[in-house]
This record gives sequence, C-alpha cells and structure tokens, in this order.
Amino acid sequence: MLKVEKIEVRYSGVPVIHDVSFHVNGGELVSIVGANGSGKTTLLKTVAGTLHPAKGSIEFEDEDISTSSTVNIVRKGITYVPEERRIFGPLSVEENLKLGAYIVDDREEIEKNLDYVYSLFPILKARQKQLGETLSGGEQQMLATGRGLMSSPKLLMLDEPSLGLMPKLVDEMLEAVATLKEEGKTILLVEQKVREALEMADRGYVLQTGRTIYKGTGEELLETDIVKKAFLGL
Amino acid sequence: MEMLLSTLVSALLMGMLFALVALGLAIIFGVMNIVNFAHGEFLMVGMYTAFLTATIFSIEPLLTLPIAAMVGFLLGIASYYMLVRYLLKGPMIAQLLGTFGLMIFLRYLAMCIFGPDYKTLEHGLLIGKSIMWGPVVLSYPRLGTAVLSMLGFGIIYWMMDYTRLGKALKATALDVEAAGYMGIDTEKMRGLAWGLGGATVGIAGALLINFYYVFPTIGILFCMIAFATVALGGFGSIKGAFIAGLIMGMIIDLGGTYLGPQYKFALIYLTFFLVVVIRPKGLFGW
Repeated sequence: MLKVEKIEVRYSGVPVIHDVSFHVNGGELVSIVGANGSGKTTLLKTVAGTLHPAKGSIEFEDEDISTSSTVNIVRKGITYVPEERRIFGPLSVEENLKLGAYIVDDREEIEKNLDYVYSLFPILKARQKQLGETLSGGEQQMLATGRGLMSSPKLLMLDEPSLGLMPKLVDEMLEAVATLKEEGKTILLVEQKVREALEMADRGYVLQTGRTIYKGTGEELLETDIVKKAFLGL
Repeated sequence: MEMLLSTLVSALLMGMLFALVALGLAIIFGVMNIVNFAHGEFLMVGMYTAFLTATIFSIEPLLTLPIAAMVGFLLGIASYYMLVRYLLKGPMIAQLLGTFGLMIFLRYLAMCIFGPDYKTLEHGLLIGKSIMWGPVVLSYPRLGTAVLSMLGFGIIYWMMDYTRLGKALKATALDVEAAGYMGIDTEKMRGLAWGLGGATVGIAGALLINFYYVFPTIGILFCMIAFATVALGGFGSIKGAFIAGLIMGMIIDLGGTYLGPQYKFALIYLTFFLVVVIRPKGLFGW
C-alpha cells in the first residue's frame, strides 16, 4: 500500500534521513522504533507531505506522492496523528473530531465515524461538549487519534501515541491501537515504547541516526542484540 | 443630561463602525498572526470605490456596498497572493515592513490619482438627515451604518461558528500545521482571511462615506483606532473587536465632548497603552 524507496530528507540542506526504505501492506501494523532524534517523526512528516524527500520516492497505492501536498495526501487516504497531539484546544471535543472529517462531504459517513470513535473511546463521548484544552493528556491523545480516524483513512500514521502518558494510560492507548489493527486498519506506528510496539506489530524497522539498521517481523527484531541492549536493557 | 444621552447614543453608533473596521484586522491577525498596516488604506480604497461608483453612475451610495465589498475582497486576496505570501518566508521584520510598504504604496497611489482634496457625497438616502428620538438626535447615516455594521458582524460571527468554512479558518488560526493534517488547504484559508478582511473593511468604507469625507491619507486615522480596538478586544477575537469597537466609540465621543476634541486621540492611545501594560492579550484574546 505504502512504499518508501531510498529516501533522503533534509532540513535546511542538511540530510537527516539517509537512504531509508520501508513499506506497509494493507491491513498490517508496522512499527518504526528508535531512540530520540533517530528521525522517526521526520519520516512520518515526509510521508504526510509536510516535508519532501530530496532523493528517492514515496508511493501510495502505486501512485507517486513524494511531491504531493499534505492536503492531497489526506485526500488520498493517509492521516497523520502528530506527536504531542496538536488538538485544537479552544474548540470542543466534537468540533475537533468534525474537523478530522473535513474532507468528507457525506454527512452520514461523518455521523458513522463519530459513533465509531465514541465507541472506541467512550470517554470522548462523555466529554463531547468540553473544550479540547481541558482534557487530560490521555484523553487528548484519544481525541487526536479519533480525529485521525474521522476521515476513514486507508492508512493511519500514529506518532508516539504513548508520549507523556502515565503507564496505565500507555497500556490503554496501545490496546486501542491493537483493537484498530484487529479491525483490519492499516497502521504505521512510531514509538519509543519499543517492546510494546514490536510485540503488537506485524513487522518493524529499527531506525538509528536517520538510517534503517534492522528490519523484520516484530518477534525477530525483539531477538536482535541491538534491540535487546539499546532499548530493552537486557 | 440630554447632551450626555445624545453623545452616548451617537458614540455607540459610531462604535459599531469602528468595530467593523477592526473586524478585518482581527480576522487577518487571527488567522495568520500578521498585523496589516495597510488596513486603513483598505478602508480608504473602500471609501473611494463607493464615492466614485455613486458619483459616476449617480446611484444611491448604499447600493455601492456590494461593489466596495468586492473590491475590498479582491484587494485583500491580491495583497496576500502577490505580497504577503512571500513575506512569510522572510523574518518577522519583513512582514512588518512589507505591509507598511503596501500602506505607503496605496496611500500615494490614491494621492496620484485623486489628488489631496477632501471629497464628500452630497446626495443619498441617509445623507444629512436625522430624527429626534425623545431628546436624542439620531443621525441617519450613523444609524444606518450601525445597523449594517451589526449585520455584517452577525454574518461573519455566524460563518465562523456554524459553517465548515469558518471551522476551517479557525483551525488554521489555531494551528496551521495541524489544520493541514485535517486536509484543510491552509494556503487558501489564509488568502480567504485576507479577502474577508478586505471585504469587511471595504463595506465599512462604503458606509463611512455617507457621513465622512474621503482623502488619500484618511487611512492612518482609522487604522490607529482599529489597532487600539483590536488590542483592547484581543487580537484575533471577533467578539472582542465588537465590544472593543463600542468602547472606543464611547472613549472618542465622550472624551471629545467632555474633555475637548484635542484629547480624543490621546485617550485612544492611553487606552492602548493601558491594555498593553495591564492585559496584553486583550479582553477576549486567546
């Protein structure tokens, strides 16, 4: 479904992603793990069209999207749930969710997706009239994830959904991701919670200083020395 | 007492026009954090548009409103796509000097075309008429202006809160990057904000011409009031612009009547100063 081929991404001319390739098949949960500053967010932002690769190509459903704008990429069916949530604080939970369905014209589809998000995160329904900024960190993350689902995306990219959450909420959040996977959603997940992210993933990639150093199934990666030593402290 | 009442009513009516002038500034600032120094010149363009349309075609000045709105809209859009878009790529100072340059350009372009003379409309449905309401004198132009300003405000307020477009504008204002992830064309929204800003101030100009003369440098007068209004109301807040507009009307008219006309602008700047010191985000700012 998504095929990233040998891309190089630069910030003000300086390459930060070197020669990275990965792909996501329909229905898969693919995790990209790595330490802070390894380029995970940059990678997702490049797929989302905020940044563009200087070299290499990005294909989505056999169509080149390396130079597409964010708007067109969202319309093609990729949504990006950014790191640190970026919800619209002064707007209500429901307004935030409806903005997630901005590209959807069909009212029925919007209502259906709204019900779906509320069933996935019941707390959001209880808080639907509340302003986004009054929610707790965990609830905001649910809101951001729900907002990303509102346009019925073909591919959902989650950028560190567990960031800054207390352990109990981390579990809840990752369980929600697992539920989405079971329902057949295609997900590209970036996480610092390496063990959890790899355990639930079909496949994974380990990123270090902007390069892919390992790839394989989640189980395979958990067995590699580098993952054990660097991330799991074994 | 009667004089106080008359002044108060007149001040409130004038305040609604100040609010409409400030509205465009608030929209543009709200959506993209840019202060449009040429805003007063947009008003001047609206006034000349109404003046010329009314005189050349001998039509009722109020009928020029849609034309002034359209010209203002196009002026706003053109300013965004031909100038502001490029300024955004530069440092903050480029944005300041850029719209400042636009202000000077428009002002002296008008000077070139129309000369420095003051011009007024002499005929119109509202012009020069007034009624007595008890002891209070109600001037028709001010009354009409106030009613139409309120209407304009109502439409914008409704649009922002209840339409998909308004939500998209708000989202762009709050977080342009996140708005992009929703599939909102933020570039278009920014252009639209300039268009709406230009259209509302164009309408304000077409209303103002019913009771005020137009000349090429009139912009600075209203622009400074609009800055103070927006600062008081809270940058980017539409409700704030409305309430602050009314307050500004009162400060100017009551101050002018009771302290002497020479103090009215000093009072505006004093208010501006106090807002900056005491509550920099204004009454309703985010």
